[in-house]
Amino acid sequence: MHRFANPNRFLRLTARILPWCALATAAAFIAGLYLALGVSPPDYQQGESVRIMYVHVPAAWMALSVYSFMAAASAVALIWKHPLADFAAKAAAPIGAGFTLIALVTGALWGQPSWGTWWVWDARLTSVLVLFFLYLGYIALVNAFDDPIRGAKAGAVLALVGFVNIPIIKFSVDWWNTLHQPASITRIGAPAIHSSMLTPLVLMALAFAGYFVCVLILRVRNEIAGRKIRALRLVQAQG
Amino acid sequence: MSRFTLIVARDLRLALRRGADSTMVVTFFILIAVLFPLGVGPDTAILARISPGVIWVTALLASMLSLERLFQADFEDGSLDLLVLGSLPLEAVVLAKSLAHWLTTGMLLIVAAPVLALLLNMSAEGLIALVLAMLLGTPSLTLIGAVGAALTVGARRGGALLSLLVLPLYVPVLIFGVGAVDAAISGMAVRPHFLILGALLAGTLVLTPLAGAAALRQAVQ
Amino acid sequence: MSTFAGHGLECARSERIVFAGLDFAVESGAVLILTGPNGVGKSSLLRLMAGLLEPAAGRITWDGAPMADDPEAHGARLDYLGHLDGVKGLLTVAENLRFWTGLGGGRGAPDGAVKGALEATGLVRLADLPCRFLSAGQRRRLALARVIAGTRPLWLLDEPTSGLDHDAVGAFENAVGRHCRSRQGMAVIATHTALSLEGARTLELSPYAEKAREQAAEAAR
Repeated sequence: MHRFANPNRFLRLTARILPWCALATAAAFIAGLYLALGVSPPDYQQGESVRIMYVHVPAAWMALSVYSFMAAASAVALIWKHPLADFAAKAAAPIGAGFTLIALVTGALWGQPSWGTWWVWDARLTSVLVLFFLYLGYIALVNAFDDPIRGAKAGAVLALVGFVNIPIIKFSVDWWNTLHQPASITRIGAPAIHSSMLTPLVLMALAFAGYFVCVLILRVRNEIAGRKIRALRLVQAQG
Repeated sequence: MSRFTLIVARDLRLALRRGADSTMVVTFFILIAVLFPLGVGPDTAILARISPGVIWVTALLASMLSLERLFQADFEDGSLDLLVLGSLPLEAVVLAKSLAHWLTTGMLLIVAAPVLALLLNMSAEGLIALVLAMLLGTPSLTLIGAVGAALTVGARRGGALLSLLVLPLYVPVLIFGVGAVDAAISGMAVRPHFLILGALLAGTLVLTPLAGAAALRQAVQ
Repeated sequence: MSTFAGHGLECARSERIVFAGLDFAVESGAVLILTGPNGVGKSSLLRLMAGLLEPAAGRITWDGAPMADDPEAHGARLDYLGHLDGVKGLLTVAENLRFWTGLGGGRGAPDGAVKGALEATGLVRLADLPCRFLSAGQRRRLALARVIAGTRPLWLLDEPTSGLDHDAVGAFENAVGRHCRSRQGMAVIATHTALSLEGARTLELSPYAEKAREQAAEAAR
């Protein structure tokens, strides 16, 4: 059982971190939502629907960050064969897919009042859609093998391949977009966001990141427990 | 014969003797493209407008058809163990097998593409650009597909899984492949598209054998 | 004179420790027979020796140098026969054999070696027959012919005699004898059949599997 020496330390450490992390996440959510929905002003063009951005933008950030995290964990797993890195990449994927889905859905919800249509083949939305498929492919691959270790290893290679591809896909979708849609649609201007909007945005982003860390820790702990149970069953089966 | 050509020759010989696989890929390619006029309507202007996209999307799907067996067959009969142990680096094995796969599918798609271009009323400029773009683009499809095929060796439900892994990665090739043809038809500069397709091919040529070999080493464990 | 040895080997297959604390050593000219009931890890040990699997603990050395330092050099000194034959049904007996020997040898094994291997396994008459017409025993003989035709010093054979008739087993024993005596090769053979091989040592794997079980039970408590 020497291979669980590391996970045991992880379990002890996270048991101490988790409550604080959850507390910080809850605080950031409450403060962020209060500022975003109550205090921050409506946009002079978009009106109240601009508030969707406080969910949409952090979700989109997290969608990309979680995939980067998976790629980094996969690299660690492949190079140093660290067992926890495999668990972490595998555990992060469904959370990342969830963020991506939130970004897509809120994008559509925002598009209806702003553009008059649920879905626009806008470069950013399309890239996020492809990213969503990358997540789904990863999750499907990891679960496609009878041996969970083999699944995690194949997933690690795929996560790295996907990570290399993300900028290329982004670039090609941007190119495709400029060819097909002469800039008639402009989204909220990135520059010069007033601080009354920036503060809730940052708070929401922190809340999302905190949520990710909490759920990730829970899922990795869950995965470790699952492996221990399987090890026990194997001992039983061998009598 | 070098060991690289030995593998290419063996896979080509197997494909020739099997025969059905390659003809099925081409038949599938033409059949799907023929469904579009039936679905969209016979208006030649509309067909000409959508023809580059239709032909490319159909080519993506057709090139996926026989990918699943690329390494799975060798895995099932024990050849993969021996290829991993062999004195030819596994990266070169992946390249050799991809080359054989491209010669028996991608090449045939390029030969069949002009027929589809005529059926869909594409202009002559478009047709030339299409063939050139496919020459640059389909090898990338095979190489990216080979990584997917290597990753799904030994997996349950290989085929559908392979499409899910590979099709999102095909997006850049699709965009610039169609872009080249569209540019040629509308009389705009074609060169940037070809350059990017070439860059994509160069990138996949370097990176996919590494990823494919890593995946295969895991598969035999 | 070379020595192939393993020290404190532990093997994990998908979360299960198969065996632990295993040592072995083979010298040039020697044969090591692996025995033990099903599931005791004979095939896994052979795959460890081939470098297809990585040991969870311990190391394997060739003349004292760890195999993990130079896996390619190790691959080039062994011929591996798994329980799958690595035979393509669409290729003839001779084509299959020539492919593997060509892939193995530096410049391709001489035709004489191929012919000799076909004679040693009694496949000369079937040389031009596509392998899909072969029986299981004949396929096994072809897989053995691949090993015999090679020139590598180390043979790793997993159940080499499964499906072989009495005469073929005799021919196999002769081939192992020639390999070890006249070519100063070495062989590790996992088998349930009693083989009459001069000076062969036996390694019973059950105690090491038992050790792994004890370790797992202890860790679970």
